[in-house]
Parts: sequence; C-alpha cells; structure tokens
Amino acid sequence: MGKTNQHLPLWEVFIRSKRGLDHKHVGSLHAADAEQAMQYARDTYTRRSEGCSIWIVRSADIHASQAEDSASFFDPADDKVYRHPTFYDIPEDLKI
Amino acid sequence: MPDDYRRTLIRQISQHAHSEVVGQLPEGNWITRAPTLRRKAILLAKVQDEAGHGLYLYSAAETLGASREEMLDQLLSGKAKYASIFNYATLSWADVGAIGWLVDGAAIVNQISLCRTSYGPYARAMVRICKEESFHQRQGYEIMMTLARGSKEQRAMAQDALNRWWWPTLMMFGPHDAESYHSQQSMHWKIKRQSNDELRQKFVNQTVPQADFLGLAIPDPELEWNEERGHYHFGEIDWEEFSRVIAGKGPMSRDRLEARRRAHEEGGWVREAALAYAEKQGTRAAA
Repeated sequence: MGKTNQHLPLWEVFIRSKRGLDHKHVGSLHAADAEQAMQYARDTYTRRSEGCSIWIVRSADIHASQAEDSASFFDPADDKVYRHPTFYDIPEDLKI
Repeated sequence: MPDDYRRTLIRQISQHAHSEVVGQLPEGNWITRAPTLRRKAILLAKVQDEAGHGLYLYSAAETLGASREEMLDQLLSGKAKYASIFNYATLSWADVGAIGWLVDGAAIVNQISLCRTSYGPYARAMVRICKEESFHQRQGYEIMMTLARGSKEQRAMAQDALNRWWWPTLMMFGPHDAESYHSQQSMHWKIKRQSNDELRQKFVNQTVPQADFLGLAIPDPELEWNEERGHYHFGEIDWEEFSRVIAGKGPMSRDRLEARRRAHEEGGWVREAALAYAEKQGTRAAA
C-alpha cells in the first residue's frame, strides 16, 4: 500500500450567486490543495453559472458550536426581547 | 440523532451516490459514437452532471460521519448496492434516448419526493439534483422524438429501446410496498415520503401519454386506463429478474464494477502526484 491510499483532505465550498447576497455553503469536496479544490468546486458546484465568487476552506479549519451546548450557548439572547421591533407598543395607524 | 436513523441514511445516500457514479457508464459508452457534435456535447454535459450528483450525495453522506474512502471501498468491493438499472447494456444510440426519457424520468419522480426528506443535507442535494435532472429527461425525449419521426429503421430502434428499458425502469421503484423491507421504517422516519407503488404509479401515469405522442407502444399487454381508479393499470413486473439483477447477476454487473475499479486504480497516480505537489508547496511556503 503506497501513497495511493493516502486520503485527499476535505474542503467546504461557499458560493456567492450573481444576485448578490452572502457566500453560501453549498457542500464539500476532496482535493489535494487549495488550487485543485478551487477547480473542483467550479466543476462541481457552478456548472450552470450559479456563482460569481467561490470560497473554499479546509473542513479541519472550521470551528463549530456544539449542538449539545446550544441551549446555554445561545441563552444570552433569550431574555432580550426588546431587541425585536414587535416588543414596542406603537399605535397601529401610525406608520413606524 | 438515533443510530439507526443515521445508519439508514448513510446506507440510502451512499447507494444513491454510487448509482449516480455507476450511472455514468452506460451512457459514457456512447460519447465517442454520438451521431452529431451537438449530441456529443449534450451527452458529455449530462454524464458530467451525473458525476456531480454523485459528489453532492457523497458530500451529504459525509455530514453523517461516513468517510469517502469507506464508501468507495464498499462500492469497489461489491459490498454496496447501486441502482440495478445500470447493469443493463446500452446496445444502440436509441438507448441513450430511452435512458434520459425513462430512467431519468423515473429518477425525477423519486427524487422530487425526496426533496422533502427529513435529513436537511440530503434534501438540499435532491433540490439541486432535480433542477439539473430535468435537462437530462428532456434531451432523452428529444432523441426519442427525432428517432420516432425518422426512417423506418430509426423508429424500430426507438421501439426496441423502449421494449428493453420499460420493465427495468419500473423495477427502479423497488419491491411492492408489502414486500419492501426498509420502507415502513423509512416512511416512519420521513426519510421516504411516498411509497414505492405510489411513485411507480405516478411514473406510469405521466409516461404513457409521452409514449403515445411518440407513436411508440409500451411493451405491456395489460396496460389500460382505469377510469374508476383514475390510474393506468399495468402488468406485473418479473420479480425474479428483479432479484437476479439486485443480486449482482445483471447482464453488465461485472463490467460496471470492473470499469469503476479500473478508473479508481488508474487515477491513483494522479491523487498521489497531487498530494506530493501539495506537500512540496506547503514545505516551501513554510520555509
């Protein structure tokens, strides 16, 4: 078993569509390096002009929040209802 | 996430991915012999799409913790299953038309239903695939239309392709609901949203008028509109053939796996060189 069985690392692909808005995660792929990942991303995810910009990042470099901690992690936002416009009582016939 | 749910999804998504990848082979067989440059460019784009669909799906399965190497090993060792329709041979150019029309048509019926599957990454891959698949079916039907309006020989080719692909296409929806081992659990988990028989009926209903328009005869003497049910009645599938092909004894089963193995082995040096190059660039950048 030579190097042939070495694994190509995993990359995450983000694409910004022509209509603007943010780069959006579209999936992942395996490639040896960033240059190859970029070409594979183009061939795999933009065969029909789906984007005008691609970001790729090694999956190993992504730090994710933990699903099991999410209750406490996102807890600080829960008691701040005044951050939402609907918190405020304004007469309905006023346009605000 | 419950282990069984995860395992079931990994099995289904990876089988689906393998089907896309192996599905390149029957049509790839005709790329060099496409009748015109236009047809050749279209077929190349379609086969490239199938590769892309395989990649979307592998990527979805990887989010569940399955590794790409593991899935590939299972395909190449013959342990994993893939859609048995691809174990039939493509004998004439008309088969490329029939595959696009019927096989991709059946795949769309199945995949539209899966756009609402309960696992997000799988559902999103299905949405993307369905968008692209519609071109596949239309280019196939266009080939059939051209042949059906052509010479006597061309019409005969089209009819022969329909004769050979009709029943294997109906088999794509799997066993009857009552016989389907995984169906009930998958429906319960909302992985599967409509039953095999429901989807098969839907496909028959939408395909019969398309065959009529071509002036081709569907090879089923029992096929008949049932006013009361509001569906076409159709004959029984040869379930023995179904089991035989599923068990890896289809006409092209051995060739398909050999072609995949050869492609994987022959691509080995490319992966090796790409990694060595990446390593070297990395070392230089660090220095």
